[in-house]
Order: sequence, then structure tokens, then C-alpha cells
Amino acid sequence: MDIVVRNLSKRYGNFQAIDDVSFSIPGGQLVALLGPSGSGKSTILRAIAGLETPDSGSIELVGEDATNLPTQRRGIGFVFQHFALFRHMTVRQNVAFGLEIQKLPKTEIKERVDELLDLVQLTAFAERFPLQLSGGQRQRVALARALAPKPRVLLLDEPFGALDSKVREELRLWLRRLHDESHVTSLFVTHDQQEAFEVCDQVVVLNKGKIEQAGPPQELYENPASPFVTEFLGQVNILRPETILGMDLDDEKPLPVPIPGSNSGTIYVRPHDLEICRTRGDLPGWPALIRRLTPLGWLARVELTLPDGTSVHVQITQATSRELGLESGQEVYVRPRDLKFFDHTTEESGVVNYVI
Amino acid sequence: MSSTSADRPVPLGGLLLRWSCLSYLGVVVLFPLTAVVIRALSAGPVRLWKEIVNPFAWHAIRLSLTTALVMVAISVVTGTATAWVLARYEFPGKGFVNALVDLPFAVPTIVTGLMLVALFGPSSTLGVVLSGFGLPVIYEQSGIVLALLFVCYPFVVRSVQPVLENLDPAEEEAAATMGAGRWLIFRKVTLPALVPSIVSGAGLSFSRALGEFGSVVIVAGNRPLSTKTAPLYVYGEVEGFNVDGAMAVSLVLLTCSLISLVAASKLAERQG
Repeated sequence: MDIVVRNLSKRYGNFQAIDDVSFSIPGGQLVALLGPSGSGKSTILRAIAGLETPDSGSIELVGEDATNLPTQRRGIGFVFQHFALFRHMTVRQNVAFGLEIQKLPKTEIKERVDELLDLVQLTAFAERFPLQLSGGQRQRVALARALAPKPRVLLLDEPFGALDSKVREELRLWLRRLHDESHVTSLFVTHDQQEAFEVCDQVVVLNKGKIEQAGPPQELYENPASPFVTEFLGQVNILRPETILGMDLDDEKPLPVPIPGSNSGTIYVRPHDLEICRTRGDLPGWPALIRRLTPLGWLARVELTLPDGTSVHVQITQATSRELGLESGQEVYVRPRDLKFFDHTTEESGVVNYVI
Repeated sequence: MSSTSADRPVPLGGLLLRWSCLSYLGVVVLFPLTAVVIRALSAGPVRLWKEIVNPFAWHAIRLSLTTALVMVAISVVTGTATAWVLARYEFPGKGFVNALVDLPFAVPTIVTGLMLVALFGPSSTLGVVLSGFGLPVIYEQSGIVLALLFVCYPFVVRSVQPVLENLDPAEEEAAATMGAGRWLIFRKVTLPALVPSIVSGAGLSFSRALGEFGSVVIVAGNRPLSTKTAPLYVYGEVEGFNVDGAMAVSLVLLTCSLISLVAASKLAERQG
């Protein structure tokens, strides 16, 4: 385990930024700390870097207790959201900074800087100043600078948060390739679910300073452990149990999902887990009225109203939509392929996970 | 379909504002400046040169320049340190201290002179003690530096402080993660970012110090070839009806002030 965090807590006045958080990250992995703003993800990262002092708990880096170690001696590389490049130094001087502190021989520094500039494809920009570079280039310099002293652990704090979406997407893929080559254990803070999923091996979902769930991205998406994780990872329709219970169902062809016994829970259905049929046919479904049909390239978004007034939205391919000849104002039937139920009465999230 | 600014009618209000501001600047600043330069030059270069190299004038000019330089050297360090404390630390009474920094601008300079005489003068305890150590302050060149330090204190503080407050702490944090200690971070990361503001504060205080009269006239004792600065010399020559002498030294003061202002702003620009 390269990063071990145990019972970490931090409070700012009345605000509990981190609340008894523990996790560990095996060597060579790229892990995301994912959560909305104020969930404590950046504070955890900064505490691991020693830039923030936790109230309690311990931090271990590569087998060594780092809880009371100053930032300087933690052997980390840190990438900031707003680059934090030294503006009065050239790209080359920026990348060389950490190596010069280690007092390496000049030739060795030059070699390592050249190697890194090549890695981040900025060799041609070595003598430029940060202000003469684009945002994406600046963040690549920052990454090269952080990696130059061969850190034991790389920490990235919303590294693509200040870039526009196209550059962000390019850099994500690039970062993933870079990690596959360098294998530096990395912890990546982001509020962007897609970014976490695209880049990371494991995702830790945080909410209100606590860990909600941790695991491989697809695992979290398919088996969310709490309403928060379900709602935070991707779009979801939220339904009350009464909506289903009050529905006039054909007894012989019941809905292929368990009807929750309790009325106090919430049902979650992802837009792509709903199927639309023109006729009731062999399979049961909820009658619904198409309120609006929005083609979005190869996908189409269908907004429907259920008989009790609840609105749901469904995602189908544009091809399916055309095949079914959907139009707004039509009466159709919707059928969930998969849904999740969380019972509010029990603290344990009573997950019903039904896949046909 | 693009219309250039030339196509659009210039609003009368804007035009009026522009012209009145520029005329005001001309009347208040530029005219008097030009007048003194023309009057000084009218004496002819030979006469001017004689007035400047006259031992009394020359000493006064050198004294003004050196005392101002010594003051700037000290102010740059203390001013930056004060700005650092005000920008980086929280302590009780910080608001009061922050307000106190501007006090030297508010106190009439002649009162500043009197304050220093009261504190360090021959009849004060501190003055007696210092004289006992062979370090008299009042009526000495060190007194001039002291007066200038007081009068020019806010310049460096007030030019560095806002820059320091707006500095992104991430740069310093980045340096720390790469293993740089606090002093190294200050020297390599923070200080270079502050240099332009320090230079501009230094330039302002230098030009201000060259012309300081009120406090110096009380503190320095006005001894020719010893504590008589250039402004005191100019005043003395005016009183003694040597207008050419006064104009010549004024011209030197003016030139030095302008050079320091322009140099400081150029330097700050290049660094920034």
C-alpha cells in the first residue's frame, strides 16, 4: 500500500471538512477522489501532501508514517488546479526546480529535464515563460515539474478544472497514457464523474467529508451503495414507491421488478434502463405520455409523464426512436430493465438490484 | 458591417472630460515644472555649472542623494518585512497597525521633525544616552536619515502589501512539495514576484526623500558642508537672493527625481 489514510478528520470552525476517513491505495494505481464541492476531497489530498494539518488520524506514505512529516520531506509531486507555475522562470527552469533542490549534478538535471519535456511534448517550448503558453501546455509543464524529482506519490488537485472541455478531454487520455508508462501511484481529485471514470482504476466517492463508496468505476455505477452515489454518478429518475404501487398492473403480467414493501423508500431508474413500447404487448409496462422528444445526435431523450403525474426521462438510440416512430403527445408503455430501491427506514441501504 | 471608432460620433461629454483632465494636469503639474526648467536654463550652462559645482551646493546635493539612498536601502527591507507581517499574519490590533502605517503621510513633516527632536534631542534622555555613546542623532546626518525613514515609511509597505496579498499561495506550496525550505521558497519564488513592487516603492520613496524639507530643516540643524541638504540649500539661496544658485540645484533635484521615477517604473515593468 503506497498511501494509507487512517481515521482522518479535519474541522474548520463549525464545518466538518473530513469526517473519520480511512482508505488505502496500492502501489501503481491511479485513484480518483470524487465528490461535489465541499465534500472534503481537496482537503484530504492537501492533508496527504502536508499542506493541511489534520485534527486527528494518520497518513502513511510508502510504508513510512508521514503524519508529522513536513511537506518538504514527503517525497510527493503535487499538481494544482491553477498550475502554480513559477511565472518568472522558463519552462526548463520550472521543471528543473525540484532537481536543483536535490542538488543533482548539472548534466544529470539537464538530462532529466530533457527527458520530461519530451514526455510532455514540450521540448520546443523549453525557453518560454508560463504566460506564453496555453492552459493545456501549462498544466503539462506542471505535471513534468511534479514528476521530475521522481516522487513516490503523485497528487493531482482538480488538474483539469481550469481548462476548457476539449483540452480537458485530450489531457485526460494523455494523463492515462502517461500513468500507464510511469506507474507512479497517483491520487486524483475531481468533481467530474466522467473524468474519474475515464482516467482512474479506482474511484472513492466522497460526500460531506465521509466516504460513501469505493471501488472500480463500473462497479460503483452498477452497484451504488447509497442514494447519494446513485444520484451523483450519472443521470437517474427518482420515483416514489406509491407511483408503482398505485399503478394499474395486469396481474398475469406483473412488472418484472420486486415491488418494494415499504412506502418510505426511493426508487432509482437510470434513463437508459427504461424501455419504450408502442403497445402493451407481451410484456407489462407503465402507461405514459410522451411530453417531449429531443434528438441528441445518435441518442434521443424522451420526457414522459406517468399517470400519477410523475415525470421520467428515457434515453434511447435515435435509431430505436425512429423505428418505433415516436412523437410527442403519443401514449406509450415504459418498462424498467433495472432499478434500485433504497429503504429510508433502515440505516443499511436495502439495495434491491434486479436485472432481467 | 464593422464600424470603426472613427465612424461613430464622439460623445461630447467624453471629449469634454478628456480635455479638462488633460488641461488640469498641464496647468497644475506641467506648467510650473516647465517654468522652473526654463528659468534655470536661462542663466546659461556656464553659470549653472558653476552654481552646481560650488562646494556648498555640491555637498548639499551629495548629502541629499546619499541620505536618500541609505533610507531606501533600509526602507526596502523594513517595508517588505512589514508588508509581509500585515499580509501573512493575523494578530490582535492588526487593523490599528495597518492604519498606523499611513500615519507618516498624515503628519505634517515639520511636526515629524519636532517629534524626532523631542525624542532624540540633546535635552531628551534618549538623546543624552546616545550622545554619551558618541552617537548623537539630532543635528547630525543620521538624524536626516531618521527623518526620511519616518516620512517615507509607507511607500514600500503600501506597494508591496497588495501584491503579497494577491499572490497565489499555490506557487509557494508547489515549491514546498518539491522539497524547498521556507527561506529558499522566499528567495526563489516569493521575492521575484515582489521585486517589481519593491522597486516601484523604492523609486517613489527616493524621489520623495530627495525633496524632503520640513522634517529635515528641524532635525538637521542646517550646518553647511555637514547637514545642509539640497532642499535646505535651495531655500537658503532663495533667502539670500541667489536665484540662479537655487534654480541650478533645483534643476539637479528635479532631474534626479524624474530619473528615479522613470527608472523604477521601467524596471518594475520589465520584471513584471
